[in-house]
Amino acid sequence: MIYLDHAATSWPKPACVHEAMERFMRDVGASAGRSAHRLSLEAERIRFDAREVIGCLLGLNDPMRVIFTPNATTALNMVIHGLLTRENSHVVTTGMEHNAVMRPLRALEQSGVTVSIVPCQSDGMMHATSIEERIKPNTRLIVVNHASNVCGTVLPVRQIGEIARRHGIPLLVDAAQTAGAWPIDMHADHIDLLVFTGHKGLLGPSGTGGLAIHDDFNLDLLPPFIHGGTGSQSEEETQPNLMPDKYEAGTPNSVGLAGLAASVHYLMDYGLEQIVAQEQKLTSRLIDGLDEIDGVHVIGPMELNQRTAVVSFNIESIPCSEVAHHLDQQFDIMCRPGLHCAPRTHRTLGTYPDGTVRFAPGPFVPIEEVDRAIEAVTTLAEQRLNV
Amino acid sequence: MSEFAVILVHTTSEAIFTERILKAAGFDIKLIPTPRHLSSDCGSAVRILMSDKEDCLEALNEAGLVLDRIEPLEI
Repeated sequence: MIYLDHAATSWPKPACVHEAMERFMRDVGASAGRSAHRLSLEAERIRFDAREVIGCLLGLNDPMRVIFTPNATTALNMVIHGLLTRENSHVVTTGMEHNAVMRPLRALEQSGVTVSIVPCQSDGMMHATSIEERIKPNTRLIVVNHASNVCGTVLPVRQIGEIARRHGIPLLVDAAQTAGAWPIDMHADHIDLLVFTGHKGLLGPSGTGGLAIHDDFNLDLLPPFIHGGTGSQSEEETQPNLMPDKYEAGTPNSVGLAGLAASVHYLMDYGLEQIVAQEQKLTSRLIDGLDEIDGVHVIGPMELNQRTAVVSFNIESIPCSEVAHHLDQQFDIMCRPGLHCAPRTHRTLGTYPDGTVRFAPGPFVPIEEVDRAIEAVTTLAEQRLNV
Repeated sequence: MSEFAVILVHTTSEAIFTERILKAAGFDIKLIPTPRHLSSDCGSAVRILMSDKEDCLEALNEAGLVLDRIEPLEI
């Protein structure tokens, strides 16, 4: 089997991830932060280790500002709802967003929030200055997708961060596609709030994700999103104003975080530069191979330094869902067709409502498998001509 | 005078953070249940040697940890 759906969920995971989760289930098992016995403390040590290594990967100093949530969507909702509570709030976003951003924004429009969407080019690229042009006196948040889950386009986050910093507006970055797959330094990039997921580039299990908060961000601006038990200040019936408990009510996914800690250590040991280099090699082969096929259209930027390893394409006159079905049934290739939960992005790319076929190789996919995928698409494109 | 002091922390995350810093610096420490007469705040506290109190405080300050407080541990 050839698995080219890493932009949805990376798989297989490094063996250390299975081992850490198996060890946790067998030898630890308890709830982090809930009791003082040795198993609970060991669970807390593992969770803290996950905070520390993720903070290190993202260029943060304070591990207590790495907050865990069940997924990136929850963390995005936490910030979007939290920072747009004031009356007459305005937010700037882009034409490359996922529904994890667009749906909370659309929901908030019902209560009076206004949304400016910066249009992007047909390959998803944009100039940071077009963000600045839309800033108003009541702009409370800028939210941008670091890299597209449809076509891999990387947005100019550092330049956007400089603009946000100059205007004193918090910048929220959706790094679901870039954490573990692209260099991130929250200080150098001026990112106030960064949302990550554990199950894609970070190589961890599903059900893990979170929010990383810049060391200088004023926490008073962001209220808790979920209220409930934290294991701290139990005498109080209000949410504690303590980090990280302020944002972490409810039992954590301790076994998931054990897997995530292991996967991020693995990534750090392996080296992000090496990961990026391997992915670029695969992406280059994919783009060049697909682009040569008669009747195949590759979507997104062609330059490797402006994109992640997510390649979208279409075969003329074959619906993308049929292409993906044939790839699965005839060629044993797993990929994702359709709109990828990102209708706004597909509108920008000119592929709405039909969608695209998406190949997303992880860094450890052998290049021979990419070649076999290109051959399979070639065969399907030729079959189209013979129908 | 007590042989031990206890560092009171706000959360278990902070307890583990404190443990991590002090262990790395080579101090003789142990996580213990928070003595009830001192606080009801958190399940765990960090026991240190009273003789290490000032050095521990310095190490934690350097790491940017804001502690609840340090109390003598009466056994």
